[in-house]
Order: sequence, then structure tokens, then C-alpha cells
Amino acid sequence: MAFKFTEENTRRIDLARKKYPTALAAIMDTVWIAQEQNGYISDEVMTEIALILGIDKVQVLSVVTFYTMYFTKPMGKHHVQVCTNVSCMLRGGAEIYDEVSKSLGLEHLGVSTDGKFSLEEVECMGSCGTAPMIAVNEDYYENLDKDKALEIIKSLQ
Amino acid sequence: MEKIVLPDIPNFDKIEVYKKHGGFGAAKKAFKMTSDDVIDTVKKSGLRGRGGAAFSAGLKWSFMPKTTDKPKYLCINGDESEPGSFKDRQIFEYNPFQLIEGILITCYAIGAKSAYIYIRGEYHKWVKLMQEALETAYKDGFVGEKMKKTFGTDFSCEIYIHKGAGAYICGEESSLMNSLEGHRGYPRIKPPFPASKGLWGCPTTINNVETITNVPKIIEKGWEWFSKIGAEKHPGTILYGISGHVNKPGVYERPSGTLLLDLINNEAGGVIGNKKIKCVIPGGSSMPPLRGDQLEGIKMDADSLRAAGSAIGTAGIMVMDEDTNLLKVLLRISRFYHHESCGQCTPCREGTGWLEKTLRRLDSGNGTSADLDLLISVANNIEGNTICALGEAAAWPVKFMVDRFRDEFEKYVKTDVVIPVNNKVHSMRNTANPLANIKH
Ligand SMILES: Cc1cc2nc3c(=O)[nH]c(=O)nc-3n(C[C@H](O)[C@H](O)[C@H](O)COP(=O)(O)O)c2cc1C
Ligand code: FES
Repeated sequence: MAFKFTEENTRRIDLARKKYPTALAAIMDTVWIAQEQNGYISDEVMTEIALILGIDKVQVLSVVTFYTMYFTKPMGKHHVQVCTNVSCMLRGGAEIYDEVSKSLGLEHLGVSTDGKFSLEEVECMGSCGTAPMIAVNEDYYENLDKDKALEIIKSLQ
Repeated sequence: MEKIVLPDIPNFDKIEVYKKHGGFGAAKKAFKMTSDDVIDTVKKSGLRGRGGAAFSAGLKWSFMPKTTDKPKYLCINGDESEPGSFKDRQIFEYNPFQLIEGILITCYAIGAKSAYIYIRGEYHKWVKLMQEALETAYKDGFVGEKMKKTFGTDFSCEIYIHKGAGAYICGEESSLMNSLEGHRGYPRIKPPFPASKGLWGCPTTINNVETITNVPKIIEKGWEWFSKIGAEKHPGTILYGISGHVNKPGVYERPSGTLLLDLINNEAGGVIGNKKIKCVIPGGSSMPPLRGDQLEGIKMDADSLRAAGSAIGTAGIMVMDEDTNLLKVLLRISRFYHHESCGQCTPCREGTGWLEKTLRRLDSGNGTSADLDLLISVANNIEGNTICALGEAAAWPVKFMVDRFRDEFEKYVKTDVVIPVNNKVHSMRNTANPLANIKH
């Protein structure tokens, strides 16, 4: 099915376009907007991004596949990210990841069959001073332990 | 001690409060000076970059061409993805207007009409906070066309926020520019340096968020004042981010050159359970790790740390107690750099993978003493052979940790190794395992 930006989002892309001297530079903003609207970046979405910015589709593809935060498949409604990098790991981040993984029955980048949850083991999120942490979609939860982390997951179920 | 970057003033992130404490006065003062005088003041203050390399900010600005028919740009590096670093987000949250004022002054000094603040994608909340602050500053006439009237000057500049999308490499300045231009975030070969060919081929200056947030105070109070704070050759305060096995992890603004042990034991409340320190990484995970029994007298500034065999980096101090398994820590670090290598340069793309694989072998109990030498040799072959410094970032922790903690790593080594061979007949020959007779 063809993808179309909403009117509001088309307006936002116009604004993003004005920040830069070239249309290509607005690509990251545009992909973010597209992901917000569609949940992930499908082939149709890439076609539309290329069209709206007047760039080659391969340029869209090359950017979308470079960054870890752009998804090329549908992720869960609650995208759970657990940091296991050093500062978190020293305070139990790796155990939290294992527990969350067990409780959701998901592996790294796995999505639950009902589409409610997805899981990602992430790199340092800039919460080392409030470690360990998890993030759900855009929200950070810090100063956690195993129980608190599982509680957060439970409250989303 | 007076704090420069994160003052203890409630609601400093509100523009009225910021203005009440003299906010935007420094910009007003700077616009009455010549741009050369501004650069000179910052140069004399001794302000050095807080993003990793500790390069003189004023000197960097002076590389910008005075006469050019091209537009000039300023990029503010808020990618903050080096593990152990979490300071720039404090500025976005608690002192956004001083950052904005610093950008105005820097743009004026280097003659830029546009500035981009590159913020890592995971920082959704801080992108929003910064966006709101910026909109307020625009609305109140401190940025854009309206600033001409506000400040009574004919200079104006625009500030934009650019949101990243999850790639450590985009913190490297030339990768950041490629990312901003809408390409993949691949680092560029230098020269040409950004000051001659940066964003869209135009003269560009790139500075860290914390670096630029210092600028208004330097203009306001003068370079002599700033140059007297902290370490003589690396003056000012530093946002030390202390994490790991300490009682009170967090960001502490203290003078440069503060004793590392003072920061850990007094500011951060000491090690949890009063344990001994096994290892400290003083500047984010890419910097050479220090032994816990050799921390006495080490000061936190660029030159002292270099003399101590490490580097200041982002001043993200990671503390590990005596019970830490350093092999697991190093494996985690190496996994990170392997994952984040952009893949352009063979030594880094392949080498980071080798490092991870070799460390995994050690972690699974199948590593030999020769693997420890292999790690150092691979690290040495990455270092210096790549376009950008991610090569060093991946090599240093491995090289220095294995070397400085050899005693500990030897403990994870297996002395009698049986190399599994797929071919059963072949495996029964006594030449099948060349290492079998080698004693360690
Ligand atoms: C792999 C890599 C990652 C980097 N990440 C950052 C970063 O997240 N933030 C930052 O300010 N500098 C980072 N740097 C350093 C920048 O390239 C650049 O030196 C710095 O932004 C310049 O600002 P400063 O002079 O104010 O420190 C990184 C460098 C490398 C090699
Ligand atoms: S290590 Fe987990 S947030 Fe930095």
C-alpha cells in the first residue's frame, strides 16, 4: 500500500527543509517524522521520502540502514531498550537485560507476536550516572534494579 | 568554588532567571568587541575542548578564514555517545541559554551565520528541552533577525537543532558533518580540515557543548579570571561524570586538575562497601585504563593524565571495585567498538571484530596466553591506521588493559588447550594440535 505523509507532517517536513541549504540534509528529520507516522520505514515509505525531498531512493536507503534507531520492520508498541554497556553492567545492567528478556520471551530485536513488545540491548544511553537504566520508546527509567525494571515491564502489559 | 557551566541557581533553565543573573550580557559585550578580540580573549583564557581531544578553542577558531565568499558554519557536538559520558545532557536540561549565548558569541567570532546543534537521537527528551529553549530565545529576540535590535548590532545568526539517530561514530567531527549533510556518517580524510572545507565544503568550526557553554563567562569576566581556575595549562572547571562502583554517581563540576581520588572518595562518596579500587577509566571508555593501586596523586587535567599514562577524554570517570571481572568489562568495551565501527577502514572493521572474538575465546575459557599477545598485536595494528580516531578508541582500552592488568588476564588463560578439529582422523594425528607441546 502506498504511503502518504499526513498534511501536518508534510508541513513539518517543509519546515525541516528550511533548516538546511540542501534537501538531502533534511533526510534525517524526514525519516524521523516518517517513523513517527508509520512506526517503521518500509520500502513504500522510502519511495515517498525520496519523492518529497526530490532525492534518489538509494540515498534514503543508505541513510536508513546506517542508523540503529531507524527501524526497517515493525517494532513493538512498547520498544524496550536495556543498556548493558560498562557503567550499567557494573551496576547490574546485564542481569536486568537477561531478566527482561526472559519475562518478555524475546531476544535482541525480537518482537512479540501480539506486537505489544519489542526488545533491544542498547549501547550507552548517557545514563551512566543513574545506572542501570532502561528506556521504553522515548522515555528513560533510571536508577533501577531487577525488580524495578520488571515492575515497569509489568505495568505496560 | 564558583561553578561556570552548571551554576547552583534554581530554575536557571528559565529565561527570566537566566536574564536576571546577567544572561545575554556577555553576548552584548562581545558584539561591541571586534571578532579578533573575541577570539584572542578565548585563546588567552586557555579554554580547551571538552569533547575529547582538549584542543585550544580560541586557536581552532582562528583557523577560520577571514575572507571567503562562502558561508561559514558552527557545529555544536552534542552526540555524547562515548560510554561513561553523561554531562552534555545536564547542560541541555539545566543551562540551555548559556549554551545558546555561547553559540551567538562563537558565531560572531568566527563569522558564521548558521549554527547546528547535533544531539544524539536517544536524547528525545533533551532534544525537546533544547528546542523549547531555542524557541523561547527566538521569541524573546535573542536569536535570528530580531537579535540585531535586541543587542543593537548588525550581526545576526540562526541556530538549528539536528537530531541524530543512533550512531556513536557521528560524534567524530567529520562523520558528524556527513551525517548532517544527509549522508551516511562516514568520517572524512583530513586534510582538508573543517576550517577550510567543512559542512557543504564551507569553512566550519566544531566544538563540544560544554566547551561553548564556558564562552559567555570568559567574555563576561575576562580571560585572566578564567585562566587562574584549576590547572594552569588546562584551566577552568570540568564536568566530571563519575559512574560505576561509587556511592554517589553523577556529574560534578570542579576545577580542572582536581585529584582523581578526591573526586571518587569525596564527591562521589567513595567506593560501595568500602572496597578497594581495581581499575579506573578516567575519560570515557576509549581512554587507557588506570590501575587502582596507582591512582595516588593523579590529577584530572589533560597534561597530568597524559603523564600518568591515560587521557582526559570526556572526563567520564568509570570506577571498578576489586571484585570486578576485567575480562568481561574489556569484552563489553570491545563489543561496543566493533558494533560502532563504520566499516570504512579495514584495520578497524576487521580488527575490532578480532578483538571481540579473541576476548570471547578468553571469556569462554578457551584462550591461551598467546591470545593476550594477539590482542595487543591486533590493537597495535589498528592504532594509527584508520581515517578517524575510532581506531585508537578501540585499540587503547585493549592494549593498556591487557598490559597493565596482565596478572589478572593470565588468570583467565587456559594452559592445556585442546583445539577442536572437525576432521576426526586428522585430529588423531599428533601434529593436529601445534600448540599441544608448547608450555606457557
Ligand atoms: C569516535 C569518536 C567519537 C567522538 N564523539 C564525540 C562526542 O560524542 N562529542 C564530542 O563533543 N566530541 C566527540 N568526539 C571528538 C570530536 O571529533 C571533536 O574533536 C570535538 O567535538 C571537538 O570539540 P572540542 O574541541 O570542543 O572538544 C569524538 C571523536 C571520535 C574519534
Ligand atoms: S553505560 Fe548504560 S547508560 Fe552509559
